[in-house]
Amino acid sequence: MNNLIFLIPIALFLGALGLGAFLWSMKSGQYEDLEGAAWRILDDDDDRPKQD
Amino acid sequence: MSCCAAGTESAAELEALKTEGPSAEEMWLSSRPLGDGLRQVDLIVPGVHCGACIALLEKELPSIRGVDHARVNLSTRRVSVVFGARDAGADDAAKAGYHPETVLTALGEKLKALGYPAHLPGGADETADPAMRELLKALAVAGFASMNVMLLSVSVWSGAEAATRDLFHWISALIAAPALIYSGRVFFASAWGALRHGRTNMDVPISLGVGLAYAISLYETITHGAHAYFDASVTLLFFLLAGRTLDHMMREKARSAVRNLVRLSPRGAMVIRDTGAREYLALDEIEPGMRLAIAPGDRVPVDARVVSGRSDMDFAVVNGESAPQLVEAGSLTPAGTLNLTGSLVLEATRRARESFLAEMVAMMEAAESGRAGYRRIADRASAIYAPAVHLLALGTFIGWMMVSGDWRMAMLTAVAVLIITCPCALGLAVPVVQVVAAGRLFENGIMVKDGSAMERLAQADHVVFDKTGTLTRGKPLLINAASVAPEHLALAARIARASRHPLSQALAAFDAAGDGLPGLHITETPGDGVEAITDDGDVYRLGRAVFALDARDAGVERAADASQVILSKNGAFLDIFLFSDQVRRGAAQAVARLKALGVDAEILSGDREAPVRALAGELGVSAYVAGVRPRGKVDRIKALTAEGHKPLMVGDGLNDAPALSAAHVSMAPASAADVGRMAADFVFLHDSLEAVPLAIEVSRKAGSLIRQNFALAVAYNCIAVPAAVLGHATPLIAALAMSSSSILVVLNSLRLRRKTRVEGFARPAAPEPVSRAAAAPELGARV
Repeated sequence: MNNLIFLIPIALFLGALGLGAFLWSMKSGQYEDLEGAAWRILDDDDDRPKQD
Repeated sequence: MSCCAAGTESAAELEALKTEGPSAEEMWLSSRPLGDGLRQVDLIVPGVHCGACIALLEKELPSIRGVDHARVNLSTRRVSVVFGARDAGADDAAKAGYHPETVLTALGEKLKALGYPAHLPGGADETADPAMRELLKALAVAGFASMNVMLLSVSVWSGAEAATRDLFHWISALIAAPALIYSGRVFFASAWGALRHGRTNMDVPISLGVGLAYAISLYETITHGAHAYFDASVTLLFFLLAGRTLDHMMREKARSAVRNLVRLSPRGAMVIRDTGAREYLALDEIEPGMRLAIAPGDRVPVDARVVSGRSDMDFAVVNGESAPQLVEAGSLTPAGTLNLTGSLVLEATRRARESFLAEMVAMMEAAESGRAGYRRIADRASAIYAPAVHLLALGTFIGWMMVSGDWRMAMLTAVAVLIITCPCALGLAVPVVQVVAAGRLFENGIMVKDGSAMERLAQADHVVFDKTGTLTRGKPLLINAASVAPEHLALAARIARASRHPLSQALAAFDAAGDGLPGLHITETPGDGVEAITDDGDVYRLGRAVFALDARDAGVERAADASQVILSKNGAFLDIFLFSDQVRRGAAQAVARLKALGVDAEILSGDREAPVRALAGELGVSAYVAGVRPRGKVDRIKALTAEGHKPLMVGDGLNDAPALSAAHVSMAPASAADVGRMAADFVFLHDSLEAVPLAIEVSRKAGSLIRQNFALAVAYNCIAVPAAVLGHATPLIAALAMSSSSILVVLNSLRLRRKTRVEGFARPAAPEPVSRAAAAPELGARV
């Protein structure tokens, strides 16, 4: 029973982290251009992407 | 095209490439300020295909003075260009040299020079889809909650001791409550809306099941009971939201693809003030009485009357016919018509929102009866299903009350019945099949507006075709190229390059670069033809007989049916070019395949009797009516419906739009007028008409799979429900039964991908029959 006191919050925290990461990625436009991202990785230019 | 994956663009996109790019004024009107002195304009660039295109555009566009940066979105084929002078950081010299107009003009030219002609996105709703985001967020929250609650439930099912079980139930309750409220809003709102109007829909048993399951589980938790259904209620929501999201995604994809096509109405026009000053005004600001300057190649923004000038105009959006008409002072020009050859000054007669286009939209709405009576298969199923489920659960509750008198026990059993019968499989059965089918159609270049369109298409038993622009390309083709002298053809093609007239453009396709033609000074006489004067003083004329020939030769009348153009030298007859409309690729095959599917075909055309009869004979269609007005098309569709047929209307023009709305289901080629595309349920992007039978086949297969899924769901209920009614369903069994039925349904739906395929016609046609014949022996040798 004692170990549950740690394990359950940890499990919930990790789950919430995943949820938060998904919501953040959606909000910051990570899913706007899925096809383009696949190509951009092949681009050798070492300049940084500009902020939109 | 400058890029690797040539051929992936559709006919409509290729068409878009040929049109003029947006003017600097139009780009300025559609740009939006970002603050800090910068503005952003979004352009559709159908030509981007790969990483090289992205890199090229993002590197080259910022090299224009005044452009800050550009970002390409490959998925939507768009590029956002941010331009302007930054308030801070820019030195005065840079600011002084900045004019938005020159920047935007340079931008348009740069895009064209790079080989990526651009056009502006149409429609007002260009922002990201908020409903989709909401659905995705709700889905994510439901997914998070269901995973965690399921985790806790598994340990309860594997036999946790009473104290741990209660703790886990409490934690589950705390996780489930906010998740249900947040993610379940979609269903609760819809169920409440239905109940308030005295109806029930699929969302009523869902809301009731989820709500009751949560309430009884909470009561169980408080009273230290053993069975709680927290996991079932959130998992249920998760599955159902997945179905909803898929449904929404499909519709959104089709909508954005249709939006990406060229718009017919311009965003504004050049207004000539009384003082003679010229000013570019947005469409809404144009008032009746204003004078508008329309250059060749422009579309007329609002209904207007010609004040001065003479030109050929393309009235295809109005009458569906491709032959241009001559307009002079006093002629009326409805909004959306295209000015081809001469400059015009027009006087606006009506505002944009009262224009001819708006009138057609109103007529369409009035005619919108074809599908109003249709109820989606899921709705029809739930109309039977929902009351049955409610009665069953109520019966279970009453039965157990009578047998045991224990209301808690009776309530738990009734909730188990509600959860097991909850239309999870039904909620997934339809959208998954439709998404798979729409994906398959999309690969074949057919866009579906929504799922109900596919259901209606599966029922179609009679096809009505429009002629010009649908069965034919609506573009003239030179038919006597073999019989005219090659040097005359080369000369005529070179002269014709200067004109926008459709016949000239068909001729100009024969122009070969760099041969020894004399230098020409070309002037166009709108409505008559083109005149070219060589350096030696010879006068060549290309156009109507009366224009090209002196009086002595005026008797040339060779073909009454086909359009003709005459080439003359110093007024003497040289040669005659005959044109005729081409039959759209795959038209004959499409009619044959439709026959094999048991669907009758019929032609309704606004054209004259003779060409319609000839085309009907060529395609093997026995039923045709010529000279039909837009109203007549609607009446014919209504008559068919009254006879008990389910007509499919295939048409393209604005004149077909009311008939497209009135029909049970409708299709339009991507070359169709804006309004036609909006009215149609399906839009096919590729050139071939074989899209029509293919769409019917896929829809029918999808329909049979949906019925199979329903049968599966019912069979599963037949086994699970008696167990639940008799009180044998524990939360574990409910969870297992629910998930397995959903997975079964999804797997069955995915079989549609194997049953249908990407058709050969979806690829661009082999360039020429000649080259195909040349390639054949080589192929044979290799095999």
